[in-house]
Amino acid sequence: MQPIQLQWIDYTILIAYVVFVIGIGWMLARYMKTSSDFLTSARSIPTWVTGLAFISANLGALELVGMAASGAKYGIATAHFYWVGAIPAMIFLAVFMMPFYYGSKARSTPEYLKMRFDERVRGLNAIAFAVMTIFASGISMDALAKLLNELLGWNYNFALLICSGVVLVYVLKGGLTSAIYTEVLQFFMIVLGFAPVVYLGLKDVGGWHAMNHSLQAVAANPSALYLKDAGITYAPDAWTSAWRPVLAGSAHNPMGVDWFAMIFGLGFVLSFGYWCTNFLVVQRAMAAKNMTAARNTPLVAAVPKMFFPFLVIVPGMIAVALTSMPAKKGEEPYRIPPPIVAQANYDQAVAAVKNATVPDSSAVKAVRDALGEKVDSGKILSLVAANKAGQLTDTQIQQGLYNSIAENYYSGVILSLVKKYCPPGLLGLALTALLASFMSGMAGNVTAFNTVFTYDLYQAYFVKGKSDHHYFITGKVITVVGIILSMGAAYFAKQYDNAMDIIQLVFGFVNAPIFATFLLGMFWKRTTGTGAFLGLFGGIAGSTVFHALTIATGNVPGIKGGYLHVVQVFPSEMAQNFWLASFAFIVCFTLTVVISLATSRTKSDAELKGLVYSLTPKIVDHNIPIYQKPAVVGIVLLIVCIILNFIFW
Amino acid sequence: MGLDIRWPIGLMFTLIGALLAINGAVVKSDHAISLGININLIWGVVLLVFGVLMLLGAVRGGKNPPSA
Repeated sequence: MQPIQLQWIDYTILIAYVVFVIGIGWMLARYMKTSSDFLTSARSIPTWVTGLAFISANLGALELVGMAASGAKYGIATAHFYWVGAIPAMIFLAVFMMPFYYGSKARSTPEYLKMRFDERVRGLNAIAFAVMTIFASGISMDALAKLLNELLGWNYNFALLICSGVVLVYVLKGGLTSAIYTEVLQFFMIVLGFAPVVYLGLKDVGGWHAMNHSLQAVAANPSALYLKDAGITYAPDAWTSAWRPVLAGSAHNPMGVDWFAMIFGLGFVLSFGYWCTNFLVVQRAMAAKNMTAARNTPLVAAVPKMFFPFLVIVPGMIAVALTSMPAKKGEEPYRIPPPIVAQANYDQAVAAVKNATVPDSSAVKAVRDALGEKVDSGKILSLVAANKAGQLTDTQIQQGLYNSIAENYYSGVILSLVKKYCPPGLLGLALTALLASFMSGMAGNVTAFNTVFTYDLYQAYFVKGKSDHHYFITGKVITVVGIILSMGAAYFAKQYDNAMDIIQLVFGFVNAPIFATFLLGMFWKRTTGTGAFLGLFGGIAGSTVFHALTIATGNVPGIKGGYLHVVQVFPSEMAQNFWLASFAFIVCFTLTVVISLATSRTKSDAELKGLVYSLTPKIVDHNIPIYQKPAVVGIVLLIVCIILNFIFW
Repeated sequence: MGLDIRWPIGLMFTLIGALLAINGAVVKSDHAISLGININLIWGVVLLVFGVLMLLGAVRGGKNPPSA
């Protein structure tokens, strides 16, 4: 794979974007006077801005790259991560939970836990969150630097430094406001940068129906495209229907997930846990200028979120359809990119093909050893035979080898399409969009980190009662520290792939039960601090044990689970993950209820006013127009979302 | 905050849109890569229109770009 050559116009677009995001930071710098301006935007931003920032902070590049990858692996059912796994939770946050976050005047979600329960619950949540944001941003930076390295031939360190540097400058200058404003710009950049690629891809496969037609053929024999192991077949609609294959059972859809795990595990536990409690997104709504604006923030965000599958998942489906189609006249056939193999290995493999005297198993073995990847024996044999029959050029042999690698590198899908369809100019736009998504993800993490660190850890435990100016400066210093730590995490991710898997796993354990704590805290006044704290700990312990006792088919006991004893085997890692979350939630919920009933309350009804549903006066919104009423808008959005589910049933 | 975000968004997309559109109109190419469509010209115009609409919104919103 040759690195993509950028031309002056591509660089101009890239530079224009960087100049504008830094310019926004510069323009906002003079409004930054207090810690609240810097860390919480002093609650001053209009709804449409916080709404688009809400969705953009979540739309990191791992999501863009990952959703296209899942679109290829699982088809349209990936949209469940949006229609089941996001929209209902976003509406719930807006209608039911935002009044408590915004109304309590808490500056962060851990601070809400402090007000509602006690210091212990806040501490546990704040520390876990702070560490998690650093690693999340590090993993994403590492992915970006690797991508720029593979794709454009940029130096890894240079790529990492430049991107972190740009984020540092604009966040340091304009704080949360700067992050939120640039997120809005990035939102439009991402949508407008990728839309033409999707359009060209769809046109190339002959439109939506032609694409689905090809995918139906793929479902009958997914192993031909190396999507699944040989012998696995599905009903024709496995890639093109969202619900039918899931309802048919875990053996009948490429995700390997059953409907209960999908709805309860993803749609309730994981989704509500993320959207309703994760400070990274909730912070955007808390920066809104008033209660109505804060409540409408997730609703504004839900509109684009609902239609994102067409932007981020469809490219994966296009890639599968293209791979299954015969090449057009005079063009190289397209395939989902195989894992990246160094040119030196390709050279050795080309030599192995040339040296082979007869197309036999020893020739296949020589090629496989040279490439270091699983290969399609049939294709290698015919390549060797073709070379014997008439000399092929080295380039032709290498192309043949590229096509015979029997594995897919799904993360490469989105960029392979960008490369295939974008002329200079549009290419610069699409790459800038990708860069924008990385930066919005990183800035989101850094601004959430500096707030939680400054208010919930530094001010709460280390240096209490100083002047606001002190915390303002602390916030700025912590921003720099946060970015340096993220870069450290990126190098860590580069060094130890396995260690990063373990860290993500641990955060899975920590996050799975958290929604039970917030839910009980907000809607049951009897919940006590001790109940919440021990329940949360029990939930984390429960998910750890669950993981140690279960495994997905095809995995060996170890980091993927089952290292104590295998009690239950799941058809896929995704199913294991959904069930783990469900289990952790139930443990945390049950323990919190039981321990709360066994312990006495430490906070009176008066202290819990504004923090608990039954003790807070209902918000009266007679005086706002009907299209701004969260309950009304929420119901309309829910109906649209249900209709989308039926269209792609 | 005193900055209306529509200003930078509008300016940036107007600029990039104009650049793409002019590039698409001027540079001779068979557009084979983009399926025979002059995608730079078309998409450049789309971005340009979007940018101008944002700028119009900012002007009507009345918040001028803060004087530096």
